[in-house]
Parts: sequence; structure tokens; C-alpha cells
Amino acid sequence: MNGDPQRSAGLAARSPRLPRQPLARHLTLAVAAGIVLFFITAGLGSYGNFQVSQIAVYAIAVAGLTLLTGGNGQISLGHGALMAVGAYTTALLIARTHTPVWVTILAGGAAAAVLGLIIGLAAARLRGPYLAGVTLALALALPEVAVKYSGVFGGEQGITVPPLTAPGSLSAERWLAWVCLIAALAVMVLLANLNRSRFGRAFRAVRDDEIAASLAGVNVPRTQILAFVVSSACAGLAGALYGFGTGIVNPGEFTIGLSISLLAGMVIGGAGSLAGAWWGALVLVLVPQWSTSFSNSLNLPSGVASNLALIIYGAVLIVVMILAPAGIQGGVRRLLGLPRLPAARVPVLGRWQAARSRDRAQAEGSRVGSADHIP
Amino acid sequence: MRTSLRAAHPYRLAAGLAAVSVLAAACGSSGGSSGTSGNNTSGNTASAPGVTATTITLGATEPLTGPAAPGYSEIAPASTAVFKYVNAHGGIDGRTIKYIVENDQYDPSITATKTRELILQDNVFALFDPLGTPTDLAVQPFVNSEKVPQLFIASGCACWSQPQKYPWSFGWQTNYIIEGKILGQYIKANYAGKKVGYLYQNDEFGQDGVKGLDMQVPAASVVSRQTYDTTTLSAGLGNQMAALKAAGAQVVAMYTIPAATALAMLAAAEIGYHPQYVISNVGADPPTVTKLLSSFSKGKAGGNLLEGAITAGYLPSESNYGNAWVSDFRKIWKKYDAGEPWDGNTEYGMAVAYTMVNLLRAAGRNLTRQGLVKTLEAKGATFTGPGLVPFSYSKTDHYGYQGMQIGKETGGGITLSGPVHVTTNNGPIKTYSGSPASPPAGFGS
Amino acid sequence: MGRFTDLTLNGITYGMIYAAVALGLVLIWRATRIINFAQGGMAMLTTYVAVTLIGNHIGYWIAFVIALVAGLVFGAAVERVIIRPVEGKPPVNAVIVTLGLLILVEAVAGAIWGGGDRSFPAYFSETGLRAGGRQIAFSPFDIFVLSAVVLMLLALAVLFQHTHTGLRMRAAAFAPEVARLLGVRVGRILTLGWALAALAGSLAGLLVAPKVLLYPNNMDTVLVFAFTAAIIGGLDSPLGALVGGLVTGLALSYVGGYLGSSLETVGALVILLVVLMARPEGLFTRSRPRRV
Repeated sequence: MNGDPQRSAGLAARSPRLPRQPLARHLTLAVAAGIVLFFITAGLGSYGNFQVSQIAVYAIAVAGLTLLTGGNGQISLGHGALMAVGAYTTALLIARTHTPVWVTILAGGAAAAVLGLIIGLAAARLRGPYLAGVTLALALALPEVAVKYSGVFGGEQGITVPPLTAPGSLSAERWLAWVCLIAALAVMVLLANLNRSRFGRAFRAVRDDEIAASLAGVNVPRTQILAFVVSSACAGLAGALYGFGTGIVNPGEFTIGLSISLLAGMVIGGAGSLAGAWWGALVLVLVPQWSTSFSNSLNLPSGVASNLALIIYGAVLIVVMILAPAGIQGGVRRLLGLPRLPAARVPVLGRWQAARSRDRAQAEGSRVGSADHIP
Repeated sequence: MRTSLRAAHPYRLAAGLAAVSVLAAACGSSGGSSGTSGNNTSGNTASAPGVTATTITLGATEPLTGPAAPGYSEIAPASTAVFKYVNAHGGIDGRTIKYIVENDQYDPSITATKTRELILQDNVFALFDPLGTPTDLAVQPFVNSEKVPQLFIASGCACWSQPQKYPWSFGWQTNYIIEGKILGQYIKANYAGKKVGYLYQNDEFGQDGVKGLDMQVPAASVVSRQTYDTTTLSAGLGNQMAALKAAGAQVVAMYTIPAATALAMLAAAEIGYHPQYVISNVGADPPTVTKLLSSFSKGKAGGNLLEGAITAGYLPSESNYGNAWVSDFRKIWKKYDAGEPWDGNTEYGMAVAYTMVNLLRAAGRNLTRQGLVKTLEAKGATFTGPGLVPFSYSKTDHYGYQGMQIGKETGGGITLSGPVHVTTNNGPIKTYSGSPASPPAGFGS
Repeated sequence: MGRFTDLTLNGITYGMIYAAVALGLVLIWRATRIINFAQGGMAMLTTYVAVTLIGNHIGYWIAFVIALVAGLVFGAAVERVIIRPVEGKPPVNAVIVTLGLLILVEAVAGAIWGGGDRSFPAYFSETGLRAGGRQIAFSPFDIFVLSAVVLMLLALAVLFQHTHTGLRMRAAAFAPEVARLLGVRVGRILTLGWALAALAGSLAGLLVAPKVLLYPNNMDTVLVFAFTAAIIGGLDSPLGALVGGLVTGLALSYVGGYLGSSLETVGALVILLVVLMARPEGLFTRSRPRRV
């Protein structure tokens, strides 16, 4: 993950103006990015700003997921449901109480963190596909709870979310873009610091070799739970902001497709990397739009036209995974000549499995095992 | 249905005037049936976003793929067929209508994006016939704050008429509460003393329908209320039908989408349960439902399970080829939309597009969004069309049709009969005794 | 009592369908350590092939067999072309690839056949039989479903336990390097594993389509419940797939019948958590990590 000491040292050595202290460095990067983004949003029209807000929201969700899956090795197919928890919390607070808006957004993140704690506790012993199965079931079950208790949750119709009131004569889309960007940058700084801390090292240690980590004194269950909680909080925060962009919070928005998209965005952008989260968010927002315009411009019969975007999306996912599994960020790093990050390995059934896949990979001639070295 | 010589009725008079004016406008701007549009655009300006001297751009979000798509994906091509027909006959004051339809997969977050794309990027003049309740609710505040007309929303939610809060939003089809009341009245009158069960979709479609039913059906008669969700529909409706059978329901009122109608009937037949079905117009379209039941009719139960079911409609039955509107629409369908089946969805798409054309013509050459909405409020109630009842549009009422006629499924189609009822959400049910207008002469050719 | 019988029979029938799909998931897991999220989608595609053939007046049974063969071929092709490059890579890559395949397959089906629901004919009557003076929720078609799945399970059991190919498959799954040293063509065995799994899925798709209608997304919930079944039974165990399928089918039927159909997935989640908290590797897994 981005907390690699040698990589950051290398970066600091290359750009002497960046402070060496991690917190200061991350804050400086965030502020610099913020200034650049401010000018970008000023130049974009309403629709462009709306897209920026969507990208920022996805970046938060994918960053949380990449911490959990890429950084800690736990596959989650349920982050769509965690976003739903954040979104519904915020929407309910706004609809039923007079809580200030920014508090409702934070409450969304907190509610999702609580659910993440519960899942983490229940699933602490689960690994690999078993955890994936539980999170999948969660992703499907949670929207049904909203439908079942429709008196509280608004049923299939959902709860409308009034747009954020922009100060002064600022356009609603620009204000939403700023709010989402500020939230996203804050989350990035926090996650980057977490990765550089001993918690981040514990995440990676458990990911790479659980038994060795526990022998070295890492409390494995607690680490897993912490990763889940932090990741869920990010998803909840993203969900809360998502509701403002959509205007309504209802079960139809938080289908299993959303969880799958987050996972896809994470992997395409580059698992385990915060920059990868931004790439993933860009892909999630822009690729469907491009594929729709592409299929429209070809003037196809309606049955084909309405499915072409999805055909392209599915094919892109497959092709990218086969040809460029390190994702976009992996490609970028290679272009910039930066040292490769250790492959984001996701051990499945403990030591037995990792050994098997290493053996198999060596037998088949690929180089997964050799990515052990840290450059 | 031809107009008969009955006592003059204000609606008929207005209908006649409107029909004549539409006919005059059509004749005036087409210069005969030869050639394409464009020869009368003088005086047109780019008077509003989405309007140029030669084009009008409309937009909509619809579910073209995904579980909600079956059936609904036929609506946009049908509307487009009507627009193509109008474009080929001089357009609207020489302007051609362009209709951009975006696929939102019935997901409100996609609707939010696509609607913003349509309004902020594609600069559509108005949203026409966007589909879905949660999807349109999601964007309603945004669309109204942008002051873009959200016209003839394809949803029977009883929530589209809020002129104070959302002055730019308008409904079109008879809403589910009103339909429920009319179906409920039929049940009360014709199945008095029998046990009634409900099967409904667990969202505003089903819940509004049941609200209407409950206003008429005596509470003591309702022995069982079963619901289903679209997400778990694929697991079948066996449980629900078994519960209805166990409760002894002799009449089952269904607020179901076509797939659910079929699944319910299949499940009931499997356990030998054959109640009298009363089905919402949404889930009763014969071509759609019988196609799904066709395999079953080879089984022991025999026959078409849909036969004898009661439903209601606010447009002439699409299987009534003798009806003048249906036959004219079918001409347009054959020429411009032949790739899609002819069924209730296609008829609906054409009927609502016809209203849109009426509105655009009535709004005059100098098209503005504000003008469009004002024209609808002022003159909408006089627009003719295939509807069995007149429109209700006014400054204080943004509902379209508010009435229906009962029909029975017979021989693969729906036969409407009996009085035509009109009502409001909370008011009494009255009989409408006017007769529907005819299409303009030569329409469809 | 009658209700309980109906729900039980209903649960068994659906449970067998979930077991068939779960069996496919287990076969693939044993062979390549991958969860094939496109299992249901692939089955849906072969079912569309069958319904197109039947619509062109090809006999029902011939179409049935052709669909199964198409499944075999499709499974083999998918393993060779799409899955081979991601075997041995981080498992999350394979997850994404199979999800991409699922999206692709559903979109292609929609493009070719349209998104509308279709009915799929059931060769046997779907009207419930009469037993004890009342009509029960068990029809000749349901008998067919049970027999077909049981037959397939027996055939696969015989294949695995009593043939050389089966022995090779088990060796390749258990210790691929040793098997390779002993001359087993592991790559081909993997392809065969995927082909058989797709066959199981195709059968399930053909059996479930008459009950739930055929449309591009019709196998989505079936896959989730089959995944639940496979997890409950333990991903390594074909017997676990059968047991897990029946448990899932029955539990969902009871939950849906007594508590309301909208709680079915919640029910599945609860069962999953309960089973996994007691046995984190599933009920029937043989390989268990050693705790140090």
C-alpha cells in the first residue's frame, strides 16, 4: 500500500520540497490537489461538476474497499449494502429530525462503521470465499429489510433527499462537487496516515501471512475487525454523499450490482492503492457514459443498443483483468519508472493455499511468487 | 368509436373543436401528404433550450434493460413512431421532433445522472414520458428547480399532481388509487358476499391500488393480503397463492406486473386453485401475459388461464382493431414500429405521444418552457385522444386521465363494457356519459 | 399440516435446483480455486439456446440434450480462454473476471433475445399431484427435477470414484504438482472440470426456467442461493453441495411461507452466519487449515 517506507522515502528524495513527516506530507499533497480541483470545478459546467461529485463519492467508497481487500486481504461483496446504511441513515435524519446536514453525513459513516463492527465480529474467523459469501448475502438481504419495514424506510420507493443548499449564488452542482471533494481528500489523508501507521503494517502483515503475523504478536482478529470498521465507515460516508447526488435513497440503487462495481473499480484502478481508488472511480463514472454514447452513435436496433454498453463494460472488465491485473495504477507506476508495489495478494485459505498457488504459479511459469521482494 | 348523435355535452363540443383545430393545423403545415417537413419554418426561432427553427428535442429516462425492462422497453419506440409520422407530415410548424431516450435500468442513481445529462448537456426542451415512480421522484426536485417541464410521467403514482410544490410536473395515466376504487366498486357490486384476497406488489403501485380497493371493498370481505417484491419474484409466488387458497379467497384482486400475474396464475393452477381474478391494467395486457402462460396451457388445467379475468382500462382495448384510434395507430405501427409487438405498451406509447403532439401544436410557434406548461394547464382538458375520459389538466390539477372502464379478458383480448367511471383520489365515483372523440380524418395514413 | 407439506415439497424441489448449481460451483472450486459468479448466467444462456431450438420445432428432448452439450462446450471454452490467464493470480482477479463474464453473458442474451420474459415449456405437467385427497405442491415435473439432479449426482459420483478420469481429476485438485509429475495433463483436467460444472449449471437452468420464466437475469437469485448452499456445505465437498442445497431450499421455503417472501434473503444470511460461525469452513470440508 502507499505506506511503503522505502517508496515514500524515494518520493521525498525525488521532490525535496515535500516534507518528510508523513502527516505533513499527506496534508500538503491533499491541499495541493484541492487547489487544482477547485480550479477544475470552476471551469466545468453544471453537468461536469455533477460528475466530479460522483467521482469523489466513488473514490471514497473504493478507497475504503481497497484498504480492506487490497491492504488487508478480505474480499467484500457487500460494500453496496454498507453504502446503503450510510445513505439511509443520512436520509432518515434529514427527513425526520432537524440535525444539521454535516452531522447527518458523519452519522452515516458512523452507522456503517457500527454495522462493519458487527460483521467484523461475526465474520472474524471467515476467510476468502466464505467471507465473500456472507458479504454477498448481506448485500442482498439489507435492501430487503428496507422493503419489509417500509413504514420506517420508505419501502421500494425510498426516501427523498433534498439537495444541499448551496451558499450564495453558487450552483448546486458546484457546491456538491466541493463538499464531496473535501470529504474525499480528508478521507485520503486519513487513510494514507493509517497505512503508514502500525495499524497499516498490521493489515499488510495479516494479508501476507496470517500465521507469521500472529507469531510476531499481531492480534489478528482485532486487526481484521479494525480494517472492516474503517472500510465500512468510508463506505457509509460515501453512501451519505451519494444520496445528495441522486436525490432519493431507495433499495433499487443499492443492488448487488453496486457492490460488484465497487470491486471492479478497485481492481481496475489498482488494488491496494489510494491513487488506484481515484482511477477506479473515474472508470466507474466515465466508462458507462462513453459506452452509451458509443452505442448511440452506431444507430443500432433498440435491443442491441440498450445492451451494448453493458457488453462493452463486461468485456472491458475481462480484458483488463487478463491483460493488466495490476490495474491502471500499476501501469502508471511502470510508466513513471517507479518500483513495483508488492502484488496485492489475497490469501484464501491460509498458508496451505498460498503455498499451493505459489507452487502452481512457478510450475506454470508466471511470476507471482517472485513479487515477494520489496524493491 | 364514432361520435353518436346524443345530447350535446360540453366535452364533446370542446373535443370537436379541438379535433378540428388539430386537423386544420395538420393540413395547414403539411402542404398535402407529399414530401417531408420544412417548408413552413418561417417565423420559427430558437425560442428556448432544445428548440431551434427546425427541431424540438425531447428527452426521457426509461428502463431499457434489466428486470423492469420487459414491456416497458416498447414504449419509447412507439412514441418515436408517432413522432416520425408527424415529422413526415410537416412536423410541428415545420419543426421536427427529436426524442432522446436514455436507459436508466430503473435505478434512480442512474436516472439522476441521465436526467442531468439530458437537461444540462443535451439541453432538451422538456422531459416527455419518463418512466417509473422512484426514478422520477428522485429527479423531481432537480427538474423543477431547473424549470424544465416533466410531462406525462409514465407512472400511476398518485403523487404527480402537486402544482404548488412542483409546478413543472404532470401525470397522464389514471393513477392506481383511482383504478383501485373503480375495480373495488366492481367487486363490491358483482361479488357481494364472496371472500376477497389481495395479491400486490409491495411498493407504491400495489399499496396505492390497495388503498383504492379498500375504499370500496368491505373490509370484512378481505380474508387475506399477500405481497411480493420484484427482487424475489424469480422464486415464484407459490407461497402467496397457497395462502390465498388456504384463506378461502374466491376473488383475488391483483396489483401485479405482467410477470407476476403469470407466475401467480401458474402457481395457483399448480395447486388447483381457480379464483376469479381482478387484475390491474398494469399486469393484464393479454399479449404479454398469455405469452408467459402459453406453455402451461398445454397442461392438464387447459385453456387460457387469463380468460374471464376482470380488469380496467382508460384507452380502448388494443385488441379492438375496429376502434378508429386503434386502427390508425396500427397503421403508424406497421410503418414505423413494426419491429415491436402490438400490445398495450405500444398503444400506450402512441397515445401519450399523441397528447404531446397536441400540446406542442397548441403552444404555438414561439415555444417556451413556461408557455408549454401554461398551455397544458389552460387547454389540456380540451385535448382529444383515444382516452375514454377527458383530461383533468388545470392550474390546480396536474393529473391527466382520472377514470376507467371495466373490461373482461376474452379470447386473447380485453373487451371493455359497461359505464365509464370518473373519480378523484378522495371523491365519489361518477359515471362519465360523454362519448370519446374520433381521430382526425386521414390520421395514420 | 397441508401447508407444511407443501412448503417442504416446494423446498425440496427448489433445493435440488440450488444443489445442481452449487455442485457446479464446487467442481470449479475444487479444480481451480475460483468462485464462478457467472455460473448462473452461463446456464441462462444455454437455456435460451434450448428455447430457440424448441421454437424452431426441434423436439423438446433433442433441444434439452443440445443445451447440455452447449453447456459443456461453453464451460470448456470459458476455462481455456478467460480463466486460464487468471489462475494462480490473486483470487480477487478471478472474481472480477467471472463477474465481467456474468455482465457480458446477460447483456448478450438481452441483445439477442430481448429483455422480455419468455415461458419455457415443461415437458411434464406442472399441476400438482393428488395425494391423500388434496392437491399437493408436487407435480410430475417436480419429480422430473428431482430425478434429473439425483441422476446427475450419481453419474458424477461414479465418474469421480470409479473411473481413471475421475481419479486424475481428484489428483489434480489435491496435489497438482505431484499429479503433473505422474503424467496427468492438469490443464486438460481443469478444462474438463469447468465443462462438467457448466453441464450441471445448464441442467439446473433448464429445470428452473419453467418455474420462474426465462429472462436474462433469471438466474441471479438462483446463483446467490446456490452460493449460500455451497458455502454451507463446504466448497470442497460435492456431498456438501447436495446437503447445502436441500438445507437452503427448505429453509427459504419455510421462511418465505411463514414469515413473508421479502425475508427470504435475510433468512439465507442468518443461516449462513449460523453455520459459518460454528464451522467456518462449511459443514463438510475435508481440508482444514492447521491452527498453529
